[in-house]
Amino acid sequence: MARLLVGPFNRVEGDLEVSLDIRAGRVQRAQVNATMYRGFEQILQGKLPTDALVYVPRICGICSVSQSVASAKALADLAGITMPANGLHVSNLMLATENLADHLTHFYLFFMPDFTRGVYASRPWHAEAVRRFAPSTGEQTREAIAARQRWFTLLGTLGGKWPHTQSIEPGGSSRAVDQAERIRLLSKLREFRAFLERHLFAAPLEAIAAMRSLDELWAWHDAAPNTGDFRLFLTCARDLDLQLLGPGPGLYLSFGAYAQPGHSSSPHALASGVWRSATQSLVEPDALSITEDATHAWLEDAAMPLHPLQGMTVPNADKAGAYTWNKAPRLAGEVVETGAIARQLASRHPLVHDAVAQHGGCVLTRVIARVLELALVVPMMESWLKALQPGEPYFNAFQLPDEGVGMGLSEAARGALGHWLVVKNGRIANYQIVAPTSWNFSPRDAGGTPGALEKALEGAPVLAGEKSPVAVQHIVRSFDPCMVCTVH
Amino acid sequence: MKTGEPFNVLWLQSGGCGGCSMSLLCADTTDFHGQLRDAGIHLLWHPSLSLESGDELQDLLARALDGRVQVNALCIEGALLRGPNGTGRFHVLAGTGIPMIDWVRKLAGVAQHVVAVGSCAAWGGITAGASNPTDACGLQYEDDRIGGLLGADFRSRSGMPVINIAGCPTHPGWVLESLMALAADMLQAQDLDPLARPRFYADHLVHHGCTRNEFYEFKASAEQPSDRGCMMEHMGCKGTQVHADCNTRLWNGEGSCTRGGYACIACTEPGFQEPGHAFGHTPKVAGIPIGLPTDMPKAWFVALASLSKSATPKRVKANATADHLVMTPAVRKTRLR
Ligand code: SF4
Ligand code: SF4
Repeated sequence: MARLLVGPFNRVEGDLEVSLDIRAGRVQRAQVNATMYRGFEQILQGKLPTDALVYVPRICGICSVSQSVASAKALADLAGITMPANGLHVSNLMLATENLADHLTHFYLFFMPDFTRGVYASRPWHAEAVRRFAPSTGEQTREAIAARQRWFTLLGTLGGKWPHTQSIEPGGSSRAVDQAERIRLLSKLREFRAFLERHLFAAPLEAIAAMRSLDELWAWHDAAPNTGDFRLFLTCARDLDLQLLGPGPGLYLSFGAYAQPGHSSSPHALASGVWRSATQSLVEPDALSITEDATHAWLEDAAMPLHPLQGMTVPNADKAGAYTWNKAPRLAGEVVETGAIARQLASRHPLVHDAVAQHGGCVLTRVIARVLELALVVPMMESWLKALQPGEPYFNAFQLPDEGVGMGLSEAARGALGHWLVVKNGRIANYQIVAPTSWNFSPRDAGGTPGALEKALEGAPVLAGEKSPVAVQHIVRSFDPCMVCTVH
Repeated sequence: MKTGEPFNVLWLQSGGCGGCSMSLLCADTTDFHGQLRDAGIHLLWHPSLSLESGDELQDLLARALDGRVQVNALCIEGALLRGPNGTGRFHVLAGTGIPMIDWVRKLAGVAQHVVAVGSCAAWGGITAGASNPTDACGLQYEDDRIGGLLGADFRSRSGMPVINIAGCPTHPGWVLESLMALAADMLQAQDLDPLARPRFYADHLVHHGCTRNEFYEFKASAEQPSDRGCMMEHMGCKGTQVHADCNTRLWNGEGSCTRGGYACIACTEPGFQEPGHAFGHTPKVAGIPIGLPTDMPKAWFVALASLSKSATPKRVKANATADHLVMTPAVRKTRLR
């Protein structure tokens, strides 16, 4: 058995190291280590609750709005208030802008460059992948960065700046959008739509959103295999059998994204739900059954898994048996995968259902689900912009109680994000964050059960002489991890 | 600019959020990599932008340290985590077993320029908040005290101190223009302010160009988020004291904190993470804000404020506490005679 320590991992957000036991050219066992700790949960203790709105976006520079939304929801829960419709639409627009930018950044800058690697030089698509996706020279990489820059001007208007936008409040948005700005934002949405339809899909968004099965997707691919960057991904994926890489745990968690005003039956534009592949069943997530286990984290543990309202974060760098700064979140004791796949399973999108039925969670389905979301959410954003009512309020005043608890559940691009806070004497007594990558990149728990990525890496091929195996890189990046969120 | 020789930039992330890198990609250009190339800048390695991973980066770092590869600018993003107990184990460079602070100390020794990208790398920043659980500091400052990881006397091979491109996140324009100026040999010690920030942006105040300036003149103040009035009196805005050109340069097209409806929290200044009062609220003594505009005697401020308050036009007063224009400017014949 050979041992391989892979790191630093780049083109992920933050610091990641993977240690692999290898036998007969396959990963036998994997340990995932988040190698950096900053201590936001400690920093937040004793602060005024609203100060969290300044601190938490700074947990993460790639999904800072997601953190703001979760925090604002937790404070709103504590105060027992809701946002006016305008405030809700603006906060959804900001979250969607960031989430879609993350998908775009992930596809073009983080994921596709691996296909330009030398190990693939003999593949028929390699030269085209290099032409399009080589870091710093790739034609499409450069187009995508430019499109991303334009896209983020939406957040300049909606929230002042990005990242670390501070306009999302428990009571709504601090930035009211007027008529003229609404039109301008709509035209920027159309510009982004045009980029996606010209470069990524070479097809109308509606045509992608309407795909009902993998067969349909492959037929669409085969009709024009070289047009559009998504089709080139599918070409590489089929050639490299990416449906066999990185199997997930088969249990998927979504808290639901983009809460809609006045829809009590279907409150989120992308649904919440827990999908269990084995039984083909969908149930609502039970937030009370969420726990974090710190057995293998460099953190003091209570000798038992704790619900986030009881959770604690006290670093202990010398702890025996620990190998990461990440705790192990579990849903009723089980390992889950979270992300775009989970959102689309909960929303019952037929393409993702079919892909998961055929191949489970894997490198192929993870990328398909994320890219599909680009096609689904841009039209939603158009409708939210149209629903804004300039002149009506964007913000509701609120008062926080001196004692109480609050929970804020939301979806970042990478999946389920939860904030829990306890307030005593008007100050934060406890603040716990469970981020999407905390779920996906969790270490083993007390029972020795590996986290989702740890399991997904088992069986990955390692070629002779590889020190940073390319299959491992595909699998790790298919989750689009955000390590700074994970360990905060 | 010297021809031929590329200006090599090595970018590493330490105890931060990665936001300065993400902000960098929002630079106002249609061809990010083209702009770098045209300035003679070669990205040796950047965590989000480079293909090289794992062993490939470790190899590059080894070549940088033994001089086979020249590092013209070592850019560090994120605070330097010295804890626990000085070991640096709160941040180990993955795959190497070696604390990031040790890598940074060694690499700073071979770099022509050392650049702190963002307030974390400059002063410790948000990561150094509250009790500072990780013993975070900046490269050459700890809050406003000189020292930090590298020490007050540190000079890079160019003879310059660490260049602090402070901001949380820092503006992409501040970073790109600093790097382009360094590559063109157009940024010298005298181009840095007393906190070693590039003067081209730090010699301005956030207040300059703020769209709320008319409200400021009349002390017509916002009372809650989404109000249009000036945020100095009640909402904690420090724009009149904070060094940055946010309202004249703008962010993400047409944005800034104050345009987004929230206070400038002084993210370019040391210690912004612990203001000693609630963010978004103005501490006052006898009704007068403690933090008064830079360069303005208190008595003058108080006198002017009370005078201008008594002269506030109805329109300005009404709009200050609304989220949209409730009273528009009067339409009058303005033809000059
Ligand atoms: S909001 Fe701040 S920056 Fe704007 S005018 Fe008032 S004090 Fe100046
Ligand atoms: S306005 Fe103030 S808080 Fe906002 S980015 Fe500029 S300096 Fe930082």
